[in-house]
Amino acid sequence: MSFDSKIPAGEMNEKWNDYKGHVKLVNPSNKRKLEVIVVGTGLAGASAAASLGELGYKVKSFCFQDSPRRAHSIAAQGGINAAKNYQNDGDSVFRLFYDTVKGGDYRSREANVHRLAEVSNAIIDQCVAQGVPFAREYGGLLSNRSFGGTQVQRTFYAAGQTGQQLLLGAYSALERQIALGNVEMHARHEMLDIVMIDGKARGIIARNLVTGELERHFGHAVLLCSGGYGNVFYLSTLAMGSNVTAAWKAHKKGAFFGNPCFTQIHPTCIPVSGDYQSKLTLMSESLRNDGRIWVPKKKDDNRKAVDIPEEERDYYLERRYPAFGNLVPRDVASRAAKERCDDGYGVGTTKLAVYLDFEDAIKRYGKIEAGKTGSTNTSEEYLIKLGKDVVKEKYGNLFDMYEKITGENPYEMPMRIFPAVHYTMGGLWVDYELQTSVKGLYALGEANFSDHGANRLGASALMQGLADGYFVIPYTIGNYLADEIATKVIPTDHPAFVETEKAVSDRINTLMSIKGKQTVESFHKRLGKIMWNKCGMARNEKGLQEAIVEIQELKKEFWADLRIPGEISSMNPELDKAGRVADFIELGELMCKDALMRKESCGGHFREESQTEDGEAKRDDENFSFVAAWEYKGESEWELNKEPLNFEIVKPSQRSYK
Amino acid sequence: MEHYNMNLTLKVWRQKNNQAAGSLETYQVKDISSEMSFLEMFDVLNDQLIVAGEDPIAFDHDCREGICGQCSMHINGRAHGPWANNTTCQLHMRAFKDGDTIVVEPWRSKAFPVIKDLIVDRSSFDRIIQSGGYISINTGNAVDANSLPIDKKNADDAFMAAACIGCGACVATCVNSSAMLFVSAKVSQLALLPQGQPERQSRVLNMVAQMDKENFGNCTNTYACEAECPKGISVSNIARMNREYLNAGLTTES
Repeated sequence: MSFDSKIPAGEMNEKWNDYKGHVKLVNPSNKRKLEVIVVGTGLAGASAAASLGELGYKVKSFCFQDSPRRAHSIAAQGGINAAKNYQNDGDSVFRLFYDTVKGGDYRSREANVHRLAEVSNAIIDQCVAQGVPFAREYGGLLSNRSFGGTQVQRTFYAAGQTGQQLLLGAYSALERQIALGNVEMHARHEMLDIVMIDGKARGIIARNLVTGELERHFGHAVLLCSGGYGNVFYLSTLAMGSNVTAAWKAHKKGAFFGNPCFTQIHPTCIPVSGDYQSKLTLMSESLRNDGRIWVPKKKDDNRKAVDIPEEERDYYLERRYPAFGNLVPRDVASRAAKERCDDGYGVGTTKLAVYLDFEDAIKRYGKIEAGKTGSTNTSEEYLIKLGKDVVKEKYGNLFDMYEKITGENPYEMPMRIFPAVHYTMGGLWVDYELQTSVKGLYALGEANFSDHGANRLGASALMQGLADGYFVIPYTIGNYLADEIATKVIPTDHPAFVETEKAVSDRINTLMSIKGKQTVESFHKRLGKIMWNKCGMARNEKGLQEAIVEIQELKKEFWADLRIPGEISSMNPELDKAGRVADFIELGELMCKDALMRKESCGGHFREESQTEDGEAKRDDENFSFVAAWEYKGESEWELNKEPLNFEIVKPSQRSYK
Repeated sequence: MEHYNMNLTLKVWRQKNNQAAGSLETYQVKDISSEMSFLEMFDVLNDQLIVAGEDPIAFDHDCREGICGQCSMHINGRAHGPWANNTTCQLHMRAFKDGDTIVVEPWRSKAFPVIKDLIVDRSSFDRIIQSGGYISINTGNAVDANSLPIDKKNADDAFMAAACIGCGACVATCVNSSAMLFVSAKVSQLALLPQGQPERQSRVLNMVAQMDKENFGNCTNTYACEAECPKGISVSNIARMNREYLNAGLTTES
């Protein structure tokens, strides 16, 4: 196992250029002989498969959905950052780099983040050239908006559907390569293991989700672009199918797992309404530009929001963080909501919600509009009508979505919101080249751990996924494949393929033969509750230790009492889910171990034992300025490897938003 | 909003696989909350079936927030059910009342063969995109994004067309199983943008040819597709595609 981050020497702003200038190349006639497997078709996977296909590699692409266009990147709402400085407001590659390292609470690798900032501009160029319809000004040029954690306007967007438009751009590039014969697409397929030959990743075993058949696929290299693992919490803003299986199989084959406990809990989501709930829906961070967050000052106040007078409302973010108010970063806003609800000030039937109120914004915009038109009508009713129109133009699609789900009209009464699991900063450990600790095995996008430290800033996930796929991997993979040109395609009757397929098949048979009483869903829900209660927004030693024991017990019960209906050799969504939940259970244990080991608070990871007097997160740079890279050693056994983090440019300081 | 519980009768299309014959089966569900989503009601039903030792109903779904386009149920004769501008996953049970009978079928179209129960094969849409639904630009070839100003009206119209989620409701609801709304949305998006000009003519010809090859029917201007489209894609895109097609047919050499 290699555990070298391979960060190039030299000045921070020269490293990537220098690397590109010296990296090994593969000549076109050799590229045609080299095969690359790409698992996942989100922003990272689709952009990687398309770009590698364009270069002339033979690519095989896999996704579990019915079409590559449906990967969950599609659901990203807000936007994508780039250091274009089109607004002339002082943005630069350096500032984007700096904000991202600081926003990540000094737990990311500087060199990777700097490269991300460097390639950010080319991403916007590429997407526009593909026909991605970003928002524009009347002069025909691109529009920008602000997002949390920054003081410049660097976010490019396409209404509330930025992820959709970027993914469709990457998807169209991918479909073009499929049409040209450079990429072979396998939709409704799930990767179930990595095939290792002589210490290198040489292929995968995939299951055809329509027929249930297992398939063997060879590749000179394998790229995992399989997204994040937030569904370990059962309830999250992720798609129902999002899972950790590909990354987890890689982990068990030797790929280190980096910072597994780093989870982003997004502050503005629609709250849980009942036990049947299958998924949580995000309300874009942009709403905090205009909405004010509050709870009643009185405990267990059951009055309707409109009946609670102004002086009896506690605008707790404005109270606690006067400098940033409602625009504090995500981790801070989420914890503050939890604190109020834990203390009994929550609202709604479950008491696990706070208000996000647009009343003031509606009145303010109403006055501005009336002023613009020189109207003499100053009745409150008229101003409110004008104000509602403005709010509708800015956030109409989000308000509609809220109303569809809750049946309540957010123009008339405040939204009820609560934090929900949204993104995982942790993931497979990768070096500067995005290679995992297994040779020939790469991880891109949310599936890797590398760029966001302990907290991701808004509009940075899309940037990273596309950076990895369009502009990083096409260079770095050559450095590996240049030494593989003599490796002939290995026939899939090679013993390693046979054995790996047998192991996969045995596991499926074992799952099917349990024939117990409880459904996959019920186990997943129980795992989610343990994780949310004990490894969620606040964590402590006792809770984490309990969680580890509870998860181990749940695992025993799962393998003894699971019921999967149907057959192996046909379409069987329950069987698909069972395999994923089995992996989530194992991951859950590692996340708790990681959270237990990290006795500091940083970013989204809040250890109750490590806080300042006024309840803010307290980092411990002396002891925890490292990436935790966990090595799988056997059932419930891991070894911790530490990659020290050195900050040459951005010197760590305590984040303050007061 | 008052919440209530309801008991429902469901008639659901069951079909073991592509070769088997299918039929509507009747199920009862009890105490369904008006706060549930339609798919969560299906989760409850499936849980019931699994516990009873029966095969749960297979249906496509993923994001459950109305954007991935994977969910696809024909509910009481309407694609994605009774609400306008809505996907199945965003339909909530307060659209129904106690004692209702709900009929649920898969998308019905020759070009979307049933795989199992409510799941159909929409790979024909991917093949249509492969035939030209892109701009041929390799990674790294792009010029600076702002070197290409785009008239805001065209940019906005392109965006409206690009909002298509590729769910196939337009095909499912059309008496002719026409894919014109889907194809025209992509043709329009790229025809409206300067980046799309070099391939403008070949694109529309190739995409329409592929559409015909996939067994989709023709458009007879019923506008049902627009009415049922969860993203409100306008039929004016079809008119634009027809103009594009005519123009391309008259001016390209062949």
